[in-house]
Amino acid sequence: MQVVRSHQSHRSFSSSSGSVSASPTLPLYRSAPELEVRLEDFESFAIDRLRVLKGISDGLSRGKKPDEMEKLVNELWKTNMRHQDSSQVPNKDIISHFVLRLVYCRTEELRKWFLSMESALFRHRFRNQTAEAQRAIMEEFDLPCKAVSNAEFESLKEKLGQVARSIGHNLSLSTTDAIYYKVPFEEVPELVTGRKVFINQGYAYVAMNQVVSLVATIFRSLLSKALILTNRKWATSIREQEQHRLTPIVEALCSSYLGPDFSQPKEYGEISLKDIDQVAKSSFPLCMRHLFEKLREDHHLKHAGRMQLGLFLKGVGLNVDDSLAFWREEFSKKVGLEKFEKEYAYNIRHNYGKEGKKTDYTPYSCQKIILSTPGVGDHHGCPYRHFGEENLRAALSRMGVNSRAMEDVMGKVRNRDYQLACTLTFEALHAAPCDAGINHPNQYFSDSQRLLKAKKDSST
Amino acid sequence: MATVPPISVMSFHLNRASLSHSTVNLSLPFMLDGDGDGGEAPSRCPRPIAALPNEFNPSYLKIYYNKLFPHADLYRWMSYGNDGKHPACDSSYLGRRKFSYTLDNDIFVRYNTFNSAAELENSIKDKCPLKIDIGPIYNLNIRYESLNASAGDNVLTPVERELIFDIDMSDYDDVRYCCSGADVCLNCWPLMIVAVKVIDTSLRDDFGFRHILWVYSGRRGVHCWVCDRKARRLTNEQRAAVADYFRVYKENENNYKKVSLMGQVLHPFLARSYTEVLKEYFETKLLTSQNLLSSKERYEKILEMIPDQSIASELRGKWQESRRSSSAKEDINIVQWEQLKQLLQKHKAQGVRRCVEEIVFTYTYPRLDMEVSKHMNHLLKAPFCVHPKIGRVCVPINPNNCEEFDPTTVPTLIQLLEELNREGLRSDVEGEWNKTSLANAIKLFRSSFLQPLLKICKEELESSYNAKLQQSKNLLSW
Repeated sequence: MQVVRSHQSHRSFSSSSGSVSASPTLPLYRSAPELEVRLEDFESFAIDRLRVLKGISDGLSRGKKPDEMEKLVNELWKTNMRHQDSSQVPNKDIISHFVLRLVYCRTEELRKWFLSMESALFRHRFRNQTAEAQRAIMEEFDLPCKAVSNAEFESLKEKLGQVARSIGHNLSLSTTDAIYYKVPFEEVPELVTGRKVFINQGYAYVAMNQVVSLVATIFRSLLSKALILTNRKWATSIREQEQHRLTPIVEALCSSYLGPDFSQPKEYGEISLKDIDQVAKSSFPLCMRHLFEKLREDHHLKHAGRMQLGLFLKGVGLNVDDSLAFWREEFSKKVGLEKFEKEYAYNIRHNYGKEGKKTDYTPYSCQKIILSTPGVGDHHGCPYRHFGEENLRAALSRMGVNSRAMEDVMGKVRNRDYQLACTLTFEALHAAPCDAGINHPNQYFSDSQRLLKAKKDSST
Repeated sequence: MATVPPISVMSFHLNRASLSHSTVNLSLPFMLDGDGDGGEAPSRCPRPIAALPNEFNPSYLKIYYNKLFPHADLYRWMSYGNDGKHPACDSSYLGRRKFSYTLDNDIFVRYNTFNSAAELENSIKDKCPLKIDIGPIYNLNIRYESLNASAGDNVLTPVERELIFDIDMSDYDDVRYCCSGADVCLNCWPLMIVAVKVIDTSLRDDFGFRHILWVYSGRRGVHCWVCDRKARRLTNEQRAAVADYFRVYKENENNYKKVSLMGQVLHPFLARSYTEVLKEYFETKLLTSQNLLSSKERYEKILEMIPDQSIASELRGKWQESRRSSSAKEDINIVQWEQLKQLLQKHKAQGVRRCVEEIVFTYTYPRLDMEVSKHMNHLLKAPFCVHPKIGRVCVPINPNNCEEFDPTTVPTLIQLLEELNREGLRSDVEGEWNKTSLANAIKLFRSSFLQPLLKICKEELESSYNAKLQQSKNLLSW
C-alpha cells in the first residue's frame, strides 16, 4: 500500500491498478493491496473503522445479546464505513483495516483488543453473507470442507439430529438446515472437543452455524500471526522510515478520543455563576463534583485539579470573566486577593487562550482523566478508578445512587470498566438510559441538562 | 519339582563379564526358603520354593532380555517400514525416536537413541532396564546434532508420536469396593473391559483408525497405542480434542468431579456406548459383583445423585424396609436397581430421568488420564516390559475378545523362566519364547497388529515415492 501526499495528483483506487481481493463483499485481508492512499484518507478511514471497533467493544462489555450485537454491528458499519463514491467502499474497508494493523500491532494488549474486535466484526459480517459467498471464503481459507450429498445426508439424518439436540440446537432439518459439511475431524478440534459434531470414519459432520465458528477461528489465527509480523516490520523499519509522516498519525490513533471535543460550548452549556452550585449537584459527573466540592471546602486545588475542573467549566459554558470571578472567590479565601492575581489568574486566562501561545485548550476526555495519576493531596482523576471502594461507595450514595444500582456500578468498577460505571451512575440518577455511554465529562453534563430540561418542559 | 533356575542358567549369569547391576544377588534363589544364611555354591541341591510368591528379581531380567523379549518385533514396529531397502525408506527414522530407561537404584536415563536393530537389542540386553519407555520421534537425531540452546534452528521438537491412552484402575477407586489403589481382581477388572470396548469401537468407527494396539499395563490398567500415520502426526491440540471427546467424568464449578449428561438427547457416541456396553456391564456384572446397593453407605452414594429429594427418600424408605424383611431369593442389588429405575424413568423432568444414565456412566464409563494423551512428548511404557512389583509381563490384549482377558493369569517372569527350564534345550526355530506362555502374546502382537501395520506402511512408502517420481517426471517432460 502506498501513501501519497494529498497535494499530489490523486490517483483513483480503481481495481485495475490494485489487487483487491476477489471476494467482493467480505475481504479477508490476507495481504496488503497495491493501492495508493491519500494521507488524509489514511487517517480518516482509520478513525471511521475505529469507531466501529470501539462500538463493538462497548456493546460486548455491556453484555449485549447476540441479536442485539447483530443490529449494532450493522448500524455501526453502515454509519461509519460509507464513502461518497460507492465504488470506494471496499477500498475503505481494506485500507482502514491495514492502517489499524499498524496502530494496534505494537503491544500485546493492543493486539489482543484488535484481534477480538476484528474477529467479532468478521464473524457478524460472515454470517450475513450469502451461502455462495460463504463457500468461496471457506475455499480461500483452505478449509477442506465438502458439502454432504443428499444421499449421505438422508442416511445420517437421524444421527445428525441427535447431535444437534444434544447441544441444544433444535434444528427442524428443513432444507436450509440440511446444509452440512464433511471435514476430516482433525481440522475441527474445537468441535470434536465438546462432542459438538457427529464423527464417522474420520470425518466430522459440521452444521452451517458451526462453520461460522470455524471460519472465524481461522480468520483470527491468520490475523494474529500477521500482527506479529507487522509489529516486527514496524519496529525494525517502518517506524523509523515514516517518523515524519505516518508514525505520528499511527501513534496518536490508538489513544484518540473520538467524540466531540466540547471546545465550543453549545446552547445548553451556558451556566451562570449563581446557578453553579445547583447545577454541580444535578449535572456534574462524580469526578467534577468531587473537585468542585473540595474547592468549596479547601478553597484550593492543586494544578492538575485546576486544569481538569477549569477546562470542564469552560466546556460547560463558563466564560473567562465568570471563570476568573469563580476561582478568585474561592482562592482569595485561602491565599488572598493579591496572590491570586499574581499566581493563578494568568493560568486561568491561559486556559482560555488569552495568554501566551493562545492555544485554546480542550476539556479532558474520560480516557485522559482515567489515565492520569493523582497523588497525595490531589483530587483530580477518575473516582471510579482512583478512589478506594469505601470512599467510592460513600461518594456515590451522597450523590443519591440507590443500593441496587450501587452494586451494578461496583461490579463494573471491579471489572475496570470505569466509563461504564459512570454511565450506570448517570442512568441511576436520571432514571433514563444512556445508550451511547459516557466518554467525556462534558457529555455527561450536556446529556444531563438535556434530560432535566426535557423533564421540566414536559411537566409545565 | 525344583523351581529354581538350573545350574546351566545360573552359570550363564556368572560367565557374563558385563554384569552392570551392583545389586544382583546371585545367591538369592537359594535364600528363598527363608533361612537367610547367605550364598551357597550353585552346585548345592536347591530346596523347593513352592511357597515362593511371584517375586521380582533384577537378575532374572537378564535372562528375560536375552532369551524372551521380542527385540526384532519392537525394532520392526518402531521402524514403521523404514528398515527396508526401498529408496523411499528414511534411514534416520529410528534414530530420531527417544527411548528412556529406568535402571536399578532409581536411575533414569532419559535419552537413548538407536540407529539399527543390533544397537537396540544390545543396549537392552546390556543395560537390563527395569522399564523401557517409548517417547516421540523428533525432528533431529539427538546423538548427531549438537543441541545449542541459543541456536534457533536446532530446536528439538517432536514430529510424530502414536496417539496413546492410559487407563488406570486406581482412578476408579470411588466406584469400586473390592479393591483399591494398586490392586486389581476379577470383580473390578470388567471396568477395564468396558474401557477397551468403548474406546476401541470409537477409535475405529468414529475416528477411522485401524492400527490399534491394546496392552496390559502390567498391574492395574491398560494402555492403547494408535499407530496409523494420521494419528502419529496429530498435533497436541488435536490429541487433546480426541481425549476430550472421550471425557465424561469431569470437575464442575466446585471442583467436585461428577458425570453430568446435558442436552435433550445423548450424543450418538455416548448413546451407543450406553446401549452396547455400559448398561449391560452395569446391570449384569458390576451391580452385583460390587454390591453397589447392598449397604446403606453404598446406596446413599447413589441416592445422592438423584436431584429429586422425594424420590430419594422414597427409595431410602423402601430399602431400609427390605433390610429387615431380608428375602434373599433375588439379588438385592438387582431388585433395588429395578425399583430405582422404575421411579426415575417415569418422572416428568428430563434431568431426573437422565439420572439413570448418569449413575451408570459414573460407575462404568472409561476414565482416561488426559495428560498422557495430550502431549506428544509424554512417555509410555513399552509392551513386553515386566512390571517390577509383581513381575507380570505387559502383554497385548485382543480388543475383539477382551472379555476373555484375565489379568490374574498373565505370565510372570518367574513363570516364564520356569517354563524355559522345563523345555530345556529343545530348540525352536521361532525363538526361545515359543516354548513359553509368552508365545501366544507375541503371536497376537504380530498377527493382529504388527503385520497389518507394516503392510500398510510399505504401501504408503511406495505410493508416496511413486507420486514424487511422477511429479518430477512431469516437471522434466516439457
